[in-house]
Amino acid sequence: MTQTALNSKVSLPASDWKKWIGVSPFFLFAILFLVLPSVRLFIGSFTDNEGQFTFANLLQLFQEKSILDAYWLSIRISAATAIGGGIFGFLLAYSVTVGGLPKPLRSALITFSGVASNFAGVPLAFAFIATLGRTGFVTALVENLFHVNLYKQTEFDLYSFWGLSLTYMYFQFPLMVLIMAPALDGLKREWREAAEILGASTVQYWLRVALPVLLPSILGSMILLFGNAFGAYATAYALTGGRLGIITIQIGAQIRGDVLHNPGLGYAMAMGMVIIMAISLVGYSWLQRKSERWLR
Amino acid sequence: MNIFSRIRRIPFWSWIWFILGALYFILPLYATVNFSLRMERGVIGFKAYAKAFEDPEFIRTFLYSNALALTTIIVSIILIVPTAYWIRLRLPEARRIVEFITLLPFVVPAIILVFGLIRIYSSPINIPFTDTTLLQPLTTFEVGTDILIVAGYVVLGLPYMYRSVDTGMRTVDVRTLTEAAQSLGASWFTIIVRVILPNIRAALLSGALLTFAIVVGEVTLASFLGVPAFGPYLFLLGQHRAYEPAALSFASFLLTWVVMGLIQLFTGGQEQIAGAH
Repeated sequence: MTQTALNSKVSLPASDWKKWIGVSPFFLFAILFLVLPSVRLFIGSFTDNEGQFTFANLLQLFQEKSILDAYWLSIRISAATAIGGGIFGFLLAYSVTVGGLPKPLRSALITFSGVASNFAGVPLAFAFIATLGRTGFVTALVENLFHVNLYKQTEFDLYSFWGLSLTYMYFQFPLMVLIMAPALDGLKREWREAAEILGASTVQYWLRVALPVLLPSILGSMILLFGNAFGAYATAYALTGGRLGIITIQIGAQIRGDVLHNPGLGYAMAMGMVIIMAISLVGYSWLQRKSERWLR
Repeated sequence: MNIFSRIRRIPFWSWIWFILGALYFILPLYATVNFSLRMERGVIGFKAYAKAFEDPEFIRTFLYSNALALTTIIVSIILIVPTAYWIRLRLPEARRIVEFITLLPFVVPAIILVFGLIRIYSSPINIPFTDTTLLQPLTTFEVGTDILIVAGYVVLGLPYMYRSVDTGMRTVDVRTLTEAAQSLGASWFTIIVRVILPNIRAALLSGALLTFAIVVGEVTLASFLGVPAFGPYLFLLGQHRAYEPAALSFASFLLTWVVMGLIQLFTGGQEQIAGAH
């Protein structure tokens, strides 16, 4: 008996170490194609043209107007589509869950949302050009119905802030629907009944009971939408051909040829993006945990 | 009774939101189809589709993208299934770090990933502290870029594939299956290929289809690594043609629909959130 106890004690560290061999291919892959590239950019952002360590790139990030503008434009577009897509997606999810619409509409909407949230990139851009471009279907429709040419008589331009935001919305609010529908299902019938018995109106129920319960989930999803739009490149590139200088487009230009004439600054620009994405992911998972307290 | 209670029974605002949403969904699709059918003046027809599908360049790039997707799916499965299995069976302490890694692609978007990949693999890899070249830069030869892009796609699909596989393994009793197979004398390879894989095939299929949806029209990695894939082809076609890109865009939408429909069929409609925008 002492023998076995001794044996297991001795062999434990060895088998512990051996157990990790089973997952080593995964870690090797992750290191080669995910960690190393990220670390390369990270180190690069602290390196000057002579290969010396420097903070100058990061400091310059906050001084270069074109870079700050690019970040700011990206943040504005992402925030606008996250808030707009979030509110609209919530209302849609509401209408098919607790809003009292017939059941088949719900499954139709969920299916369509699954497709639309995955429909992005070049085809999406082309679809919106066919819809709201200079000769687009809706543009022509508006001109025929209201005798207003969107491009000549209004400020509208598909290849601008609002145009790109409108296009992003096509994959943003379906994502919100997909996340919010289960959350709305989690609202318990008893809560509503209890509120009604205590004499609450519908508005009171929503403002004092349902929305506070849903709020972490709503905010968390909006942060997810923010990140979703912030990292997008292909849709914007296909739509505007690189003319609208959001941060991903600027980074793309930097990869194609060092347009900043400072590789380190390019790396710093990329790191700034990673940091913003990381903050939003942390915010999302924090709010997600909060929402699990009440929903499910 | 009074008119108000009757109005309350019809969910007026719900209908408004739903109709608005439906319009938002359908109008761009309708506009695209409508446009794509008007290639010949005064005639509604499928000429744009015929022309688009006939283009040998389309066939080449589309087949290439499908091959990339298939390779990505196979590599992901080989990489992820044994890992997730091993974590469930023997190494629960690795779960946190592996889950953290599978979430990293959300923090490192495609454009950043390709930036890093190009910077790392566009110079030769030397044996440390010597000038002996171990490997030519991957970006300089065809097989090299193929390896790079498949690796990149595996990374982009990692969150979805891992979650699918992990969810699939949660529903089957991995431990009992393994013990049963071991007592019958099966090797590790046999256990994974002939016992575990068939038991999680629904999860595998949904992960594979999501990966397919991500890869087949992907533009960012493909254009920066300079591979002849469908995404960059469609983008270039859009620069000098009008009707064919619209036709292909609508076809892409239908393809996405088919993929998502299949996923819903296999999983009962839980996993459908992806994104490579």
